[in-house]
Amino acid sequence: MPSLKTLSTRKERLSPGHRLCAGCGASVAVRQILLSTELPIVACCATGCLEVATTIYPFSAWEIPFIHNAFENSAATISGIETMYRALKKRGKIPADRKIRFLAFGGDGGTYDIGLQALSGALERGHSFTYVCYDNEAYMNTGIQRSSATPVGAHTTTSPCGEVEPGKRGYKKNLTQIVVAHDIPYAAQSTPAYYMDLINKANKALETEGPTFLNVLAPCPRGWRADTTQWVELGKTAVETCLWPLYEVIEGKYVLNGVTQRIAEGKAEKRPLEEWLRMQGRFRHLFTEKNKPVIQSAQVKLDKDWEKLKAMASL
Amino acid sequence: MMEMPKILPLNGDDAAAFAMKQIDPDLVAAYPITPQTELMQSFSQFVADGEVQTELIVAESEHSALSACVGACAAGGRVMTATSSQGLAYMWEILYIAAGYRLPIVMNVINRTLSGPINIHCDHSDTMGARDSGWLQLYGENPQEAYDNTIQAVRIAEHKDLRLPVMCCMDGFITSHAVERVDLLDDNVVKDFVGEFVPTHPLLDIEHPVTYGPLDLYDYFFEHKMQEIDAMSRAERVVREVSNKYGKMAGRSYGLMEPYGMEDAETAIVVLSSTAGTTRATAKEMRQAGRKVGMIKVRCFRPFPKDELAGLLADVKAVAVLDRSDGLGAYGAPVFNEVRNALYDRDQGPEVVNYVYGLGGRDIGQPDIAGVYADLADIAATGKVKQRVRYLGVRE
Repeated sequence: MPSLKTLSTRKERLSPGHRLCAGCGASVAVRQILLSTELPIVACCATGCLEVATTIYPFSAWEIPFIHNAFENSAATISGIETMYRALKKRGKIPADRKIRFLAFGGDGGTYDIGLQALSGALERGHSFTYVCYDNEAYMNTGIQRSSATPVGAHTTTSPCGEVEPGKRGYKKNLTQIVVAHDIPYAAQSTPAYYMDLINKANKALETEGPTFLNVLAPCPRGWRADTTQWVELGKTAVETCLWPLYEVIEGKYVLNGVTQRIAEGKAEKRPLEEWLRMQGRFRHLFTEKNKPVIQSAQVKLDKDWEKLKAMASL
Repeated sequence: MMEMPKILPLNGDDAAAFAMKQIDPDLVAAYPITPQTELMQSFSQFVADGEVQTELIVAESEHSALSACVGACAAGGRVMTATSSQGLAYMWEILYIAAGYRLPIVMNVINRTLSGPINIHCDHSDTMGARDSGWLQLYGENPQEAYDNTIQAVRIAEHKDLRLPVMCCMDGFITSHAVERVDLLDDNVVKDFVGEFVPTHPLLDIEHPVTYGPLDLYDYFFEHKMQEIDAMSRAERVVREVSNKYGKMAGRSYGLMEPYGMEDAETAIVVLSSTAGTTRATAKEMRQAGRKVGMIKVRCFRPFPKDELAGLLADVKAVAVLDRSDGLGAYGAPVFNEVRNALYDRDQGPEVVNYVYGLGGRDIGQPDIAGVYADLADIAATGKVKQRVRYLGVRE
């Protein structure tokens, strides 16, 4: 993997001037992912923050071929592009030695929810592409509505806390595990807060043949109700509480990475979930006597998931 | 090697699949649905046997099938698909995107009733709902036309003045599953006719990156939509040109519509697809009995050839439009609305009445058509319309 110095000399493939918010984790994640390889990339993006903010006509921040089709079909669209690439190669209309990688983006709404079927279909068919879910834990583009990636207890505009409701009911869906169940060659969780972790994983994903997947926690200060300067800290704390463990699944084998691995080995501290929750206004209402059980149950669930992951990683 | 037979007994699905085999598109993406299934089964076998070079995506839904077509066509190659009914409904939002991105995708739609309740047989509720999506719509009467339309549709869609997707419609089961004799062209003739796909701004041209599908708000969207509307306004000419070329090459001529007996007709029926055959047979018998009746089969419903149709109907006293779908809550069904609208600009036009028939695959026979002509004769004689919109063949 190239050094940071080398990476800094590579041409940016997402240009500045786009309209994503200050402190948005998504744009940083995309830049890191596009830097991770020098191979040509064709990208596709589901409807969402990333798409609307980077392509408002007559501007486009994409220095590579890019298509937005609709909300739920990023994976289906990229599978069409990738298959056409093979079709035209077969007919000699694209040189046999031309290597192009295919990259699909979707937010958590476009991936955990409405695009899950298209993603599952594309993974099963075995197209050679990388799917990146930039997970900011709600429908941020439409104004912070809950998705199946929203953590339990979070206040969103469609899971508001109120006199009788404690915010979002139900735990976050474990999308990475669902994807892993498709037996694809490479899947990983990361966050741009650990930039080398994400760049390394993006490089592996993009240079592996077959379907590969990255689930990237992309902090959203706007929707999470936090200061824009805090996005790196938010990402790191999610990892250090083991809410968002860094791991990869290579040909079915689980590998913990970085600080996640050190926590598993007892070499780093596993911080309490409360520390992550306290950083964000969307959880403010949980710090009351009435809602204390929500935090407790979230911690119990997190611990259970963490033990399960460690067990899988030690197999 | 055996010489390829020029005539084969084929049903509509197999005729369209055979055309697709000869076209040999770069990519086909589809999902099975009755009564389109036979078409995709046959085509899948062509792929499995190496009779085509086509890459096949058997998607997990129609939504993904058309989404893959959009990606693939934008990537820079020739793309085809096929569906019916619920499948077309599921593709809905992507229909508009395919047309809006000016992607010349060709899709056979085997007409089937939209649920509910569920019904697998023919009516036109599926494609009529998609009539304003920016796709051209050709309606074929029989397996021969299913074959011919599929080949022509490629040239029409990809025409440089157009670049719009095309639907080739045929009646579910009535056409798709009924075997008839189909005259086939030689592979090379079809290959020459459709020519090479010419990509414009392909995604796979990595040296010239383009952005497809940007966010296009009130400051630009209208102008972009206007370009699509302008393209559609050229469609009538393009369909005519391609159909003429095909006619010269294949010996089977097609226009935007097919009139019968209209030279002296006093009453006429306007109808689409397989029922045109039933109507023509009825009109023929009545004309042999000395009755001045005629009929027009509308082949091209989008774009709607209003001037040609109005011209043909100018001297008729009464016209019945047969619609195989209803426009619930509207004043009459879709084809009726178009026909009556087209005649409104004439100083003296015929009375136009509407018969909604055949919903959910309800059979229609020559006695039904003869009944319509009898009603028209009454209107022509009295000048009075008792009921403008009627339902034909439904039990009271």
